[in-house]
Amino acid sequence: MSSGPGVIGGPTHPEGPLTLAVPRGALFEETLDLLDAAGVDTAPARGDSRSLIFHTDEMTLVTMRPSDVPTYVEAGAADVGITGKDVLLEQSDRVVYELLDLGYGKCRMVLAGRRGDERLGESQRRLGMMRIATKYPRIAERYFEDTGRQIELIEVKGSVELAPLIGLGDGIVDLVATGRTLAENDLEVREEIVDCTARLVANRVAHKLRAAEVDDLTARLRVASRA
Amino acid sequence: MIHPIPPGTRDVLPDEMRELRRLNRRLIEVFEGAGYGEVATPAIEYDEVLSRGNRPSSASPYRFFDENGDLLALRSDMTVPIARLVATRFADAPLPLRLCYLASAYRAVLPQRGEMREYVQAGIELIGAPGAEGTAEVIGVLEAALDAAGLDRAVIGLGHADLYRSLLTEFGVEGEARDTVLGRLATHDLVGLEAALADAGIGDPAIQTCVALSQLRGGADVLERAREIGGDAVERTTARLQATYEALVAAGTADRVQIDFGLLRDLGYYSGTIFEVYDPAVGHVLGGGGRYDGFLANFGLDLPAAGFSLYLERVHVAQMEEESRRRERAAADV
Repeated sequence: MSSGPGVIGGPTHPEGPLTLAVPRGALFEETLDLLDAAGVDTAPARGDSRSLIFHTDEMTLVTMRPSDVPTYVEAGAADVGITGKDVLLEQSDRVVYELLDLGYGKCRMVLAGRRGDERLGESQRRLGMMRIATKYPRIAERYFEDTGRQIELIEVKGSVELAPLIGLGDGIVDLVATGRTLAENDLEVREEIVDCTARLVANRVAHKLRAAEVDDLTARLRVASRA
Repeated sequence: MIHPIPPGTRDVLPDEMRELRRLNRRLIEVFEGAGYGEVATPAIEYDEVLSRGNRPSSASPYRFFDENGDLLALRSDMTVPIARLVATRFADAPLPLRLCYLASAYRAVLPQRGEMREYVQAGIELIGAPGAEGTAEVIGVLEAALDAAGLDRAVIGLGHADLYRSLLTEFGVEGEARDTVLGRLATHDLVGLEAALADAGIGDPAIQTCVALSQLRGGADVLERAREIGGDAVERTTARLQATYEALVAAGTADRVQIDFGLLRDLGYYSGTIFEVYDPAVGHVLGGGGRYDGFLANFGLDLPAAGFSLYLERVHVAQMEEESRRRERAAADV
C-alpha cells in the first residue's frame, strides 16, 4: 500500500520493531494463524511458554487479556493490537483507531432469558424495568437506552449464566458464540444486540509516525483475512 | 494526615516545578522572540461568552453562579478568551496581532482514567494574517517551540478541517447519515466508516475515495496521490495544503511536517488548515492548532486567525522520555 517516506526528514523515524498486542484466550490461536498467513512468524509465541513477550524478525508480539488490548494500544505501549469488537464497544472511551475487521472470532452480543420463562416481559410490564446481569455494563446500558427501556444493571465478573437461574436478575446480556453454554443452562436468546468479530486497532500516534509499517501490516492482514 | 484534592487535579513540588519553569521560560522566550506578546485572562468568564459559536465539544463543563446570580464558567481553552480580549481591547489595533499565553484550562474527565481536569496550555494566536502565509508563520513558531523544548523528533501533522464536510456535500450525504460518517471519521473507526458510507447509499467508488483519503498521510508525495483520487473537494483541499506546505518549504520549516488527509480535530471552531503535534516517545498528542477564520465574527470582528497550543505537562513527559532515550543511546554507543 504505502511506499514512500512515512515522514519527511529522516530523524523523526521511530526506531525498533512494531509492537503488536495479541489477545490470549479464545482469539489466541486464530490470531496466530492469521499472523502466520500474513507472513509474521509466530512460532516463538506458540507452545506453552509462560513468557508474555515474543520477538519475531519484524515485530514484537506482546500477549495479554483481550480487554487489556485497548488500554495498551491507547497509551502507545503497543503500536497496534488485535481484540474483539465486544471489547472495543465496552471500552468505547478508549482512543484507538479501528483499522480492519479481521472476520474471525464471530459471536453475537445478545439479551437472553430463561427458556419459556416470562420474567423479562413481566418485570418490564409490572415493575417498569428489567434487572439485567452482565459483564458488559456499558453495552447493555447503551442498548436499552437506545431502545427506550429502563433496566437495573447488575455487573458480574464470572459466569453470567448463573445469575438468572438463581434469581439474580431477569435476564442477561452476554456474548454468544455457538449458543451451547446458553442452551446447557436452560437459557435462550431473546434479542440480538450486535455482531462481533476480531478487529485490528492502532495507536493514534503510531498510525501517524509509523504509517508505512502500519499500512503494510494492515494490507497483509486484509489479504490474509479475506483468503 | 492525608487531605484529599479532587481527582484530576494535582500539586506540583519543587523538583518538577523547576523543570516546568525552565520549559515555560524557553517557550515564552520563543514566543516573545517571534513578536508574540504574552497576555493573561481570567480563568472564570461569563458562560455566555465562552459558549459563543457552535462548539458543543469545547463548552466548559464547570459552571456556577456568582453573588448576582450570573452564570460563570471555567475556561476550557485560551482561544475563546483571547478572541474576546482581542475584540474588546484591540478592535482598532494595527494587524496582524500577535499574542501568546501560558495558562491553566479546565475540562471534563472520564472516571478512573488518570485524566487531568486542570492542565496548562502554552500557545500563540496570530490574528489578521490570512491564508498559507499566516499558517506558515504559526507553524514556524511551533517548530521553534519544539526545538526549544528539545523535542527534535517531534512531528507536525498537517490537514484540513473542511475536507470531509465538502466531500460529503459533493457525494450528497446529508442529515443524520452525514453526522454518523463524520463521527466515524473523527474516531477513526474505518470498519464503521465503510458501513456508515454504505448505509448512506453512495456507490463503491465514493466509499473507497473516503476510506483511502482517511489513510493518506506522509511526505509531499501524498499531495500527488490525493490528486489521483480526484474530485472538487479533494482538489480544493490539496491546493490549500500544497500552498501551506510550499510556504513552509520557502520558510525552511517543512522538515518535520507530515501531510495528513485523515486529520480531524474535535474543536468546532477550526475552518481551514489544522495540525497536531506528535512525539514518537509518547502515545498521546502533544498539542495542535489551526486556522479559525470565521470564529472571531462571533465577537463582532471579522478577521482571519490561526494559532496553536501545546499541553505543557505532556511536553514535559516527552522531554523526559527523549532525554532518557538519548542517555540510553549514548550509553550503547560507548
